[in-house]
Amino acid sequence: MVGTGLPIRVVLAKLGLDGHDRGLKVVARMLRDAGMEVVYLGLRQTTGSILNAVEQEDADVVGISMHNAGHLTLGPRIVSALADAGLDVPVVIGGIVPDVDLAELEAAGVAAVLGPGAPVDEVVSTVRAVAGHDGSD
Amino acid sequence: MGPTETGSGSSAVAELAEASRSGDRRATARLLSLVERGGPQADEVASATHFHVGGAHVVGVTGAPGSGKSTITNSLTTLLAEAGRRPAVLAVDPSSPLTGGAILGDRVRMNGAAEAGVFIRSMATRGHAGGLALAVPGAVRVLDAAGFDPVIIETVGVGQVEVDVTDAADTTVVVVAPGWGDAVQANKAGLLEVADLFVVNKADRPGADDARRDLDLMLDLSTITGRVGGERPSVTMTTATEGDGIAELAEAVVGHLGRLSDGEELAQRRERRRLAEVRAHLGHLLEGAGEEVLATEASKATNPAESPMMVARRLAAGLLG
Repeated sequence: MVGTGLPIRVVLAKLGLDGHDRGLKVVARMLRDAGMEVVYLGLRQTTGSILNAVEQEDADVVGISMHNAGHLTLGPRIVSALADAGLDVPVVIGGIVPDVDLAELEAAGVAAVLGPGAPVDEVVSTVRAVAGHDGSD
Repeated sequence: MGPTETGSGSSAVAELAEASRSGDRRATARLLSLVERGGPQADEVASATHFHVGGAHVVGVTGAPGSGKSTITNSLTTLLAEAGRRPAVLAVDPSSPLTGGAILGDRVRMNGAAEAGVFIRSMATRGHAGGLALAVPGAVRVLDAAGFDPVIIETVGVGQVEVDVTDAADTTVVVVAPGWGDAVQANKAGLLEVADLFVVNKADRPGADDARRDLDLMLDLSTITGRVGGERPSVTMTTATEGDGIAELAEAVVGHLGRLSDGEELAQRRERRRLAEVRAHLGHLLEGAGEEVLATEASKATNPAESPMMVARRLAAGLLG
């Protein structure tokens, strides 16, 4: 059996009213094929529902997919909500994020941003890097 | 944050167990991670939780992929939570045999239950066959000790023979959907024989009445299946997306525990559950040991007169001393 050590657990969600989940599904497959356990929440999640899932699932990373230009509002909000709850779990944002917004997201504590066309290797290595462990014992 | 950060020694585990019992859900989640990981810390968790199990009603929900297990679990636990119970869910999905990765997608259908305060944990099978993860019984103990009741185990989508859940649960609910099979399928050996309660989900779809009739016929012919206190298993029609039939299902589930408790059946099932857990762990350990033996012994097993069965028997004799 491959990967029986300690698989990285990633919660993936779409936040708020944003119906474009194809990207999230593709990322879920990428991470699965890299040996990670993806807890897939899907569409129309709230900050509260994501927090709840991160806590119960003992997740290592949260991945949020945004295609509705809400990242500057909702990205920092989820980062601070996790911090307020005492959950030290990095947030990765994927989707459509203009370059001019990257600095602001970084300043807000977003661990990484993955844009459209990010190759599999970059997605996987980014998640591994922020998870703090590589999935083996 | 991984379970590696919980510190070392049994005191860290004991503290987590204490916090979990007093309602700290993060501690419960961390204990579940330790159980999943296996090894010495999982043993510590078992020791720390074993004497605090309160005898939660453990309910297995099983059935084919797409039959509606998650949606039924969502509606059922939401209803129970609203009625003042404290349900928890272990939702199992398969790990990839190639990479070990998994997509755990049961929460997608459980937004209502999550909002109602139901504790939901997704688990990957991590190489274990039979429809469950090896860590399920240990995880059930953690949730039981934390005061959750009932604990619902949702299996992976199963076919005909994955009956492990019956060894892990007090009550096994099998979910079928219209078009799942005919009267001959209903009478085949396997999963359907071992169920305690049946659900025909998607009852608003064509073929639901046929499915019910086939199940009823099968159950009327059986003197074995699910008979506790002489009562035949019920078949509940549900449309889980609408919540239709869920109250009846809840009644059937609770009623089944009552019938189990009336006689020796509940105690017998729980003893069987314990033995099944021992057997599963033993199998896992032997498999691990077997891999090592195979790696060193396989090269010697070149005698063409020795059949694969004979090689296996020789190796087993070595392992078991």
